[in-house]
Amino acid sequence: MGVSIQRKNLHLLWRAGFGPSAVDCQLINSETPASYYKKLLALSVKTPAYIDVADSSQRQMVTGMQQNEGLRQQLSAEQKRALRIKSREGLKNLNLAWMGQMINSPQQLREKMSLFWHGHFATRTVNLLYQQKLLDIIRSHALGNFGDLLQEVSKSASMINFLNNNQNRKGHPNENFAREVMELFTLGRGNYTENDVKEGARAFTGWGASFNGEFVFRERQHDDGRKTFLGKTGDFNGDDILKILLQQKQTARFITRKIYRYFVNAEPDPAKIEWLANRFYERQYNIESLMTDIFTSDWFYGEENIGKKIKSPVELIVGIRRILPMQIENEAVLLLLQRLLGQLLFYPPNVAGWPGGKNWIDSSTLMMRLRIPELMYAGDVFSMKPKDDDDQMMGMKDKEERENDSAVSLARPGKKYNTRGRGGQQIMATIDWRNWLELYTPVARQNLLPAIVPVLLQTKTAVGETTLKNYVDAGSRENFIKTATVQLMSTPEYQMC
Amino acid sequence: MQLGSLATASLFLPKFMRAFETPRMVPAGNKILVVLQLSGGNDGLNTVIPVRNDLYYKARPKLGIGKENALLLTDETGLNPALSAFKDLYDDGSLGILNSVGYPNPDRSHFRSMDIWQSASASNEYINNGWLGRYLDAQCSGCGMPVQALEIDDVLSLSLKGEKMNGIAMRDPKRLYSTSHEKYFKDVLAQHQLVPGNETVDYLYKTMADTVSSADYIFEQSKLRPTTAQYPATALGQSFKTVASLVFSDISTRVYYVSLGSFDTHVAQEAQQKRLFTEMNDAVKAFVADLKANNRFQDTLLMTFSEFGRRVTQNASGGTDHGTANNMFFVSGALQQKGVLNPMPGLADLEEGDLKHSVDFRDVYATVLNKWLKADDEQILGKKSAYFDFV
Repeated sequence: MGVSIQRKNLHLLWRAGFGPSAVDCQLINSETPASYYKKLLALSVKTPAYIDVADSSQRQMVTGMQQNEGLRQQLSAEQKRALRIKSREGLKNLNLAWMGQMINSPQQLREKMSLFWHGHFATRTVNLLYQQKLLDIIRSHALGNFGDLLQEVSKSASMINFLNNNQNRKGHPNENFAREVMELFTLGRGNYTENDVKEGARAFTGWGASFNGEFVFRERQHDDGRKTFLGKTGDFNGDDILKILLQQKQTARFITRKIYRYFVNAEPDPAKIEWLANRFYERQYNIESLMTDIFTSDWFYGEENIGKKIKSPVELIVGIRRILPMQIENEAVLLLLQRLLGQLLFYPPNVAGWPGGKNWIDSSTLMMRLRIPELMYAGDVFSMKPKDDDDQMMGMKDKEERENDSAVSLARPGKKYNTRGRGGQQIMATIDWRNWLELYTPVARQNLLPAIVPVLLQTKTAVGETTLKNYVDAGSRENFIKTATVQLMSTPEYQMC
Repeated sequence: MQLGSLATASLFLPKFMRAFETPRMVPAGNKILVVLQLSGGNDGLNTVIPVRNDLYYKARPKLGIGKENALLLTDETGLNPALSAFKDLYDDGSLGILNSVGYPNPDRSHFRSMDIWQSASASNEYINNGWLGRYLDAQCSGCGMPVQALEIDDVLSLSLKGEKMNGIAMRDPKRLYSTSHEKYFKDVLAQHQLVPGNETVDYLYKTMADTVSSADYIFEQSKLRPTTAQYPATALGQSFKTVASLVFSDISTRVYYVSLGSFDTHVAQEAQQKRLFTEMNDAVKAFVADLKANNRFQDTLLMTFSEFGRRVTQNASGGTDHGTANNMFFVSGALQQKGVLNPMPGLADLEEGDLKHSVDFRDVYATVLNKWLKADDEQILGKKSAYFDFV
């Protein structure tokens, strides 16, 4: 039996974006996947607007200090701390602003690609301006040329600071960046020698970032001697090294394999990856072409690839909010959910990014995932504490807890919401059901479930009607759709796409 | 599943008889490991104090703890004044202290260094699972309930994530039980059918089923011989109380994992470390007393660690910044070697102001895995290690 057009389109929308909106669902039966993809791509062409959540005082301070080195030296420890705390608050806003783009932007393909690169070029630094800049580089080049992306990321203050290249000086090399650029960003383990790491590090000496986040080349710190790197010899600098890395077909293979496992199937198919990688390499690392090769192939829409991927926490939350638009009064609760489920944007576990797949799942995260739709719908109080992140807290946990009662206490008394004691949280959401309800207007009552299930679930199994019927509110047609939707989202199947 | 002799025997006891058993009758059983993670980078030098070392007082004119205030263990070593219970344990022969534990090329980021400690990796290696999770893999292959390793928390640490199995995190058995027994989830679970080509979904259902059955089992066990002892009303005190009740039951759990933090004392260290140590001291004191009263202290090993120690020199804010090597405590009624197990850190021989490590933490893990838990440490850690003799 062939795969239906609807199923193919939903597969495309989940993998090339964050799932369908209720409005998208009106089209999923009429368009072919090829024309749907064309549309998605066209919507993602425009260079995205810079996401800027820094306030003017923050920027002025940094500019002021850049112009006057003395000013920075004069800052007391207390002032520096205050700056960092402000930065950390800014990162929360940046997180929510970007998540907002994932939910609402028509540039679904670009944002999805950006989330992939965000995990590929993973950095952790508490500097808001650096992180904003890196995110902009990633979003601007997400579908562009991988070589450009690699180069700009490598020269970003975020990466330079995270991988200690400011400390990489002639005679005193710091090999951190040189190692990771090969191991994680281009070639992958086993495709270079320790000597390549050493020689590469020499070439990157002098690459640094100024306080306000500009790339600087410190010539006096640069080792301009001869280096032998991946079998080539010359007076290489950092740019030369990146060029040599891009000349390696292994780089195309490594990136293609990672993209295949992220967008198509965690189980790699060597023949398909080789075919894609060859074309990626021939077309000078054009990311858009690679993605078009994938999303317009027949095999992408094969049953073996559909519903086989475990949604990441961000994909899960964004996916729910795309199909059910909602106002969340306490948006910061989304950061709590990200932390509880193990994917807080801008805080990857390490430079290798989020491992993904089954790694998302343990008993705590799975049970939490299953509860989220109901928490959004009913606003129940829940009490879950994420682990402390000392890199974020910077020794301020005690103070914060005393001031706030609990750093994650987000529940507030209100008409609709109850708080029960200390430490309870709520998702204060108001769901806009109109489009979702309207979609089913033409469907007869007894056919509602068979119509809703295949739109929400991409898997082979689904919770049976007999089970579901005990938990849906059949009082009205509207309540039936609402409760059935929430219950279907609260199943293991909904974790898949 | 590996069950101790106690567990096996009690399976044949009628339930009403078990109800009449008093806690004092708990016989020797499984060896238990309790890991206490001190999150945030505990300052080891103000934990185990080199009271006769001038370099220490020179580096810490304000923060240094004077000999007169330290709880003296030896001529040259004292404990932080807030650790009176640990001093008692020392006198009792139930405390071992290992100094200068760390790893080569130390990382000073909390997250990364904690990652390294939890996954037992080298500092340039990224491993997506933890040492106790891999213990679980080895111990629990094919077993239905991954309860050999439990974390008292809402979120599971990397330490307890394996390649195949994951440990279970819970605040308390009752809450775990009520969350997993949401009727809808049980019904969803009951109606699931295996169909070919659906392996990942089946994996999610299996995780769900394991959670439900583990929650039942843990909850039942927690009611079997709940401790009646008094514990401090702190979060850590209550965590230890939960652990004690499970240790006294017939549960097959071998490893418990609890955390305390944050020890990230950049500012006003003295008060913060004192507050946390008091919480730790009182909780461990109650726990040990309870274990002794129930005849389980010789079967239990409590081990502390932190992702790094702190710099030798105090900073300008009455605190200390991120450092490297650190000490670990071992508390048990069955220590083979007691007291200060190796030399105090050399303060004259620093690396850019930081302590050098002389003990690799993976050798400590290997010792505990091999000698205490009788597990294959080489398989779990992926390398051959040297063992210590303290257990």
